[in-house]
Amino acid sequence: MSAVSITEPTRRSKWVAGILVGLYTVITLLPLLWIISTGFKTGPDSISYPPKILFSPSLEGYVNLFTTRTRATAEQLATMPPPENWVDEIVQRRDEVIIGPSRYGERFMNSVIIGFGSTFLSIFLGTLAAYAFSRFRVPLKDDLMFFILSTRMMPPIAVAIPIFLMFRQLGLSDTHLGMILLYTGVNISLAVWLLKGFIDEIPREYEEAALIDGYTRFQAFRKVVLPQAATGIASTAIFCLIFAWNEYAFAVLLTSGNAQTAPPFIPTIIGVGGKDWPAVAAGATLFLLPVMIFTILLRKHLLRGITFGAVRK
Amino acid sequence: MPDTPMDRLARATPQQLSRRVRGLSDRAIAWVFVAPTILLLLAINIFPLIWTIRLSFTNYAANKPNAEVKWVGLRNYQRILTDPDIWATMQATAHFLIWTIVFQVILGFGLAWLINRKFKGNDLLTTLIVLPMMLSPAVVGNFWTFLYEPQIGLFNYAVEALTGIPASSFTMLGSVPLAPWAIVIVDTWMWTPFVMLICLAGLRSIPDYIYEAAEVDRASKWRQFWTMTVPMVLPFLMLAVLFRGIENFKMFDLVVQLTGGGPGDTTLLTSIELKREAFEKWRTGYSSAYAIILFVTVFGLASIYVKALNKVKDR
Repeated sequence: MSAVSITEPTRRSKWVAGILVGLYTVITLLPLLWIISTGFKTGPDSISYPPKILFSPSLEGYVNLFTTRTRATAEQLATMPPPENWVDEIVQRRDEVIIGPSRYGERFMNSVIIGFGSTFLSIFLGTLAAYAFSRFRVPLKDDLMFFILSTRMMPPIAVAIPIFLMFRQLGLSDTHLGMILLYTGVNISLAVWLLKGFIDEIPREYEEAALIDGYTRFQAFRKVVLPQAATGIASTAIFCLIFAWNEYAFAVLLTSGNAQTAPPFIPTIIGVGGKDWPAVAAGATLFLLPVMIFTILLRKHLLRGITFGAVRK
Repeated sequence: MPDTPMDRLARATPQQLSRRVRGLSDRAIAWVFVAPTILLLLAINIFPLIWTIRLSFTNYAANKPNAEVKWVGLRNYQRILTDPDIWATMQATAHFLIWTIVFQVILGFGLAWLINRKFKGNDLLTTLIVLPMMLSPAVVGNFWTFLYEPQIGLFNYAVEALTGIPASSFTMLGSVPLAPWAIVIVDTWMWTPFVMLICLAGLRSIPDYIYEAAEVDRASKWRQFWTMTVPMVLPFLMLAVLFRGIENFKMFDLVVQLTGGGPGDTTLLTSIELKREAFEKWRTGYSSAYAIILFVTVFGLASIYVKALNKVKDR
């Protein structure tokens, strides 16, 4: 490109563009900021009108999120020892006693286990298949690739009933393994397509050199191709993880207690008298935070991954 | 090219033999590498789909596994296609599809067009704009019900502040005319970034020299926009619309959390109706037939659309 391009936008148009996009960004981020800030409000602050932009922060929402409480009886209130720590203080101030932990921790852990389990499996199987599609003459290659992609068009509810019946037969319903296999099945089409694109870009000469040096195909794959594909694998993994982390339809239809992830659970969090919005907001914040951090840290790869998919398909 | 002893040795060794000696043949590796993926897809996607087709011809109910299953032929299909309520849900779905796509295309393309000016800090803003689409639709949808609360919610407050319409005078999720728009707003908020990113990829794929040539020919900016920018981005834009269309046709999580199909049946999209039939009324056979009809519809519409897309691409 020449130093002074005649097609370069003028300074003024850059300014205008920057301001308009900035304005959109502020508006679009408001709901997210509202979720995060509501998590640090007290119950009354969260539902005051007009909405409170300035408030004194409280960890009440987070305490409520992780504990199950009940209203203290008059007897309990009379005999209650002075609060030992800030958690007790918050609970006692509302005339409540903690009767146990809440189920949020469990649900969050289920999301972690199922999310990472299915991501690992999708990447493992997807990398092998993508390598084979990229390097070998697989019979019916184009048809197989299209078949793999078409499985993504299926609405989850269209296959949910037989999967429900099948899992019940196999003893997989409401288990971590069942959900990991299911999410892998959904994610693998994306993984194969994205990874094939990344592997196609690695020159074949690298492997051929390794083969001449006496490596087996498999060794060449492991020691030459995999390190080269590491960035592509990482960004594909993030996409798989984000999907499994956020999935709701299968989770709500196929799990009930043992293996239920957080997305169906967070909306069911309620307080003593109706919806406890600070606790819901706290749960949502903790759940959304990893994805937000991922997105910001790995923005270059993520944005590339999305547009890459568009260009290839 | 100099011929080294290694080269001569490599050529002397029969190809087939050398591969065999060093482990599995390429063909075997290809099979071993591809088979698990295909098997998993068959088990998780294809087998259930075939099962759904089979169930769609029966009166099976999944909550009564011991009841006698009768083969009813095409009766489920006939009942669905002649049911006026089904056409109402189809209309609600079409309304949702059309408006979300209109808004997302306008906003998404506009943003991409602005961001493509490469102003300072556009990388950071792009990342922040993209955040909503990375989050869980169910969790976000649930929280939007709070934003839409008439007495305490941020949305009504913002509307009152901007237009003067009293905040307590309307409920986005509870009123028949407004509820469909409430879900259109949230879906647009979540998915505009997706359309924007694809458009941005399209805009960045246009080589600079085309514009330079146009400048030399003294084509007006307006003319350049309509005869060069738009046609070159169109295939990308159509692809984004395809993805959004497929996704929104099966939209479930966001709408379940926002309205659950209500008030009345105003936001009863096909996927929610399907869930009710399958997992609340437990009419498994009937809902299987419904699922197949939806699948065929998506597949048919997508194929026609892809044909049109290819025509645009080849132009």
